[in-house]
Amino acid sequence: MLDVTANSTAPGAGAGAAASDEPLLVAANLGKSYGRLAACRDVSFELYSGEVLAIVGESGSGKSTLLQILSGQLTPNTGSVSYRMRDGVTRDLATMDEAERRFLFRTDWGFVHQDPAMGLRMAVSAGANVGERLMAVGHNHYGKIRDTATSWLERVEISPERIDDAPRTYSGGMRQRLQIARNLVTEPRLVFMDEPTGGLDVSVQARLLDMMRTLVSELGLSAIVVTHDLAVARLLSHRVMVMQGGRVIETGLTDQVLDDPREPYTQLLVSSILPA
Amino acid sequence: MNAPTYNFAYLDEQTKRMIRRAILKAIAIPGYQVPFASREMPMPYGWGTGGVQVTAAILGPVDKLKVIDQGSDDTTNAISIRKFFEKTAGVAVTTSTGEATVIQTRHRIPEATLQAHQVLVYQVPIPEPLRFLEPRETETRRMHALGEYGLIHVKLYEDIARFGHIATAYAYPVKVNARYVMDPSPTPKFDNPKMNNSAALQLFGAGREKRIYAIPPYTSVVSLDFEDHPFEPYKHKACCALCNAEDSYLDEIVTDNKGSRMFVCSDTDYCETRQSDGHRGSENAAPYAESANA
Ligand SMILES: Nc1ncnc2c1ncn2[C@@H]1O[C@H](COP(=O)(O)OP(=O)(O)OP(=O)(O)O)[C@@H](O)[C@H]1O
Ligand SMILES: [Mg+2]
Ligand SMILES: [Zn+2]
Repeated sequence: MLDVTANSTAPGAGAGAAASDEPLLVAANLGKSYGRLAACRDVSFELYSGEVLAIVGESGSGKSTLLQILSGQLTPNTGSVSYRMRDGVTRDLATMDEAERRFLFRTDWGFVHQDPAMGLRMAVSAGANVGERLMAVGHNHYGKIRDTATSWLERVEISPERIDDAPRTYSGGMRQRLQIARNLVTEPRLVFMDEPTGGLDVSVQARLLDMMRTLVSELGLSAIVVTHDLAVARLLSHRVMVMQGGRVIETGLTDQVLDDPREPYTQLLVSSILPA
Repeated sequence: MNAPTYNFAYLDEQTKRMIRRAILKAIAIPGYQVPFASREMPMPYGWGTGGVQVTAAILGPVDKLKVIDQGSDDTTNAISIRKFFEKTAGVAVTTSTGEATVIQTRHRIPEATLQAHQVLVYQVPIPEPLRFLEPRETETRRMHALGEYGLIHVKLYEDIARFGHIATAYAYPVKVNARYVMDPSPTPKFDNPKMNNSAALQLFGAGREKRIYAIPPYTSVVSLDFEDHPFEPYKHKACCALCNAEDSYLDEIVTDNKGSRMFVCSDTDYCETRQSDGHRGSENAAPYAESANA
């Protein structure tokens, strides 16, 4: 069905205009098993440019597995992930070679880990943490890299005075904001986040969420956010996908799903975490 | 010298063939670290077992061997390696850079320009230039394979952020043949330009880490840097107190216990050759002609 709609777009019309009507990312029939355990099965969805999708579900429901597959870090047993590249051409991740995938991963994509230590170089200064992606794609002017890093630190509300300090001297909330800056410096169009507020104090979480919301709307980012915290989904996402036992059991607009869940499992999830 | 108790140059022919295969592969892929089955040598690892194995594999009966450590032929390390090959290969040895066909070194590249018939063998302790920031071997291999070298600049960035300039003075990273980033190991960055486009073959052996890599003759070797912080080969602002050389790498020597110091060439052969050619520095009585040339 996807192919039909894609092909029906008139050729010759401005590639950019035509392309932006197409989804940014398409997941088709994704499945992944560990032995007899199906960590993720038959997941299909489309993500459009500027859209924020939350993946919710209890522990072990397959959220992280799905995110790893979507971001090309894990190969699915079945199905495919396609992504519309900056040049407007949609590519199946499986047909890209490793160099292309890694390049995509650190330029047009971002990946924010729950544990900042996974996404940062803890012993390297904040400036170099932010500048690394630039250097990786060939930026070769120290002064300019530093200026860009400075402005990104300001943007994520870290004092530029801390630019030469290593993140191990930062608080948990600062680390997470630094991780976000490090990812956004190449102006990615799509950011994956796995429990970005997990493990933070409630007040710190609120500030981070607020900042993320601003960044996402200012930059017109698309994002896929895994969380088991429905409040995060509520604040950040346009759409929600509910997972249970590796399957997507319900999907829809965030307010709809959270205010008026259809599935008994979702009703349970909503009522237990969001007291009415 | 007498009836040899060892095979020529200590290693058995089978092992030498294995090492030569690694060397050939290293020459074919300039700057790429080729794994090899490093052998136990009758000396501790810190003493250059990687370099010794490479030397043993390339040495022939007609070769003339020079061994230097910090530029000097006379340190314990240099002497013992030289003696080792005198004993096990019966080859001629020399301290003269010009006369040597094989030069094994730790740290320095001789000041005299090397020629096409010469091979420079480096003893390398840590061959992996990405190791300090990426401890995972699988990851550093992938970075080399894909030419992902952003991390090297992260290290240089950190230097500038901390010290105001690129403070890395030894093991300064280079890009070989516009492809692989390589660690020249403990060589001072002063010597980096000598690696570029050299007529001599340069071989690197890391014993403990079991790696061999190479710079074939006339290969480009570029020291990495930033546009606004270009590579600069550091040198003490002085000339040699013994031979007055202005272009050589100098060691600082404390001359008494009041803290007086002087600078002398680290390359002893270079310094002695200049002195015998009549050059005199401040610590040497200057001959008439030179002091009078005002
Ligand atoms: N590498 C693996 N090997 C074997 N089983 C795995 C592996 N990774 C995940 N699983 C299993 O797959 C299922 C889904 O795991 P996943 O990490 O995707 O869940 P999750 O929804 O992210 O959970 P959480 O909220 O706890 O992070 C779980 O049963 C998990 O034990
Ligand atoms: Mg998870
Ligand atoms: Zn001298």
